[in-house]
Amino acid sequence: MARMKFLCDAERCIECNGCVTACKNEHEVPWGVNRRRVVTINDGVPGERSMSVACMHCSDAPCVAVCPTNVIYQTEEGIVLHDKDGCIGCGYCFYACPFGAPQFPNGPAAFGARGKMDKCTFCAGGPEENGSQAEFEKYGRNRIAEGKLPLCAEMCSTKALLAGDAAELSEIFRDRVLRRGKGVEAWGWMTAYGKEEAKK
Amino acid sequence: MKTRIPYVIAAACAAVLLAGCGEKSQVARYEHGKYAGKNDTRPWEGGVYKGDKGAWEQALRNRVHGQNEYKRVE
Repeated sequence: MARMKFLCDAERCIECNGCVTACKNEHEVPWGVNRRRVVTINDGVPGERSMSVACMHCSDAPCVAVCPTNVIYQTEEGIVLHDKDGCIGCGYCFYACPFGAPQFPNGPAAFGARGKMDKCTFCAGGPEENGSQAEFEKYGRNRIAEGKLPLCAEMCSTKALLAGDAAELSEIFRDRVLRRGKGVEAWGWMTAYGKEEAKK
Repeated sequence: MKTRIPYVIAAACAAVLLAGCGEKSQVARYEHGKYAGKNDTRPWEGGVYKGDKGAWEQALRNRVHGQNEYKRVE
């Protein structure tokens, strides 16, 4: 198993916020914390585009580098998780993250008053026994240990949001773009998905 | 002696100008610390799969392929 990633197809996302709702419900995320959100560019203008954003589980995650207590780690599958017991709520990860993924239950507050960081776990729980009550209360449900994908992606009605192994997601996305006949012209396409048939 | 002065000045100016080229990169290099939290169990350990990594990977792979509706209807 290689790297677990999310991929959001902006051509398909209809801004229904089903992924956001599914995430909040599945993990019983506290009030004020959104592990996932939908961002819309040019809202209301013809040609607007929406994209579902959460922790992108970066291969070289800056949050892991800046954490002063070293409690953020990457699993063998590339999922970025953290140990809430060691989190001091300093907010460094929030500043380092380019996607605004780390959230704090007490919102914008002084150092030490924000509470422990909470973020998307790729539905993989955290450093507690798989499927235990302690894991659920701290990190939410562990669907990965049940052989399932994150609920946000599985719930997505238009299948705009995909989750899973990066290489397999690339195959799905490449297939999709070739069938609908647009997207190949996107900047960086050949670098990311370049195959001979993509040039045709 | 006087004829050497311009050369000395030119050499000194060149040295000062070239000193700028020797500037070291100031781009931050992030280095990951050693994880200091609790150890996590791997997803296939315990629970549903009881250590059967192959079965877990296959289950996940099936789910990933299920996301491609073109393949589902073929």
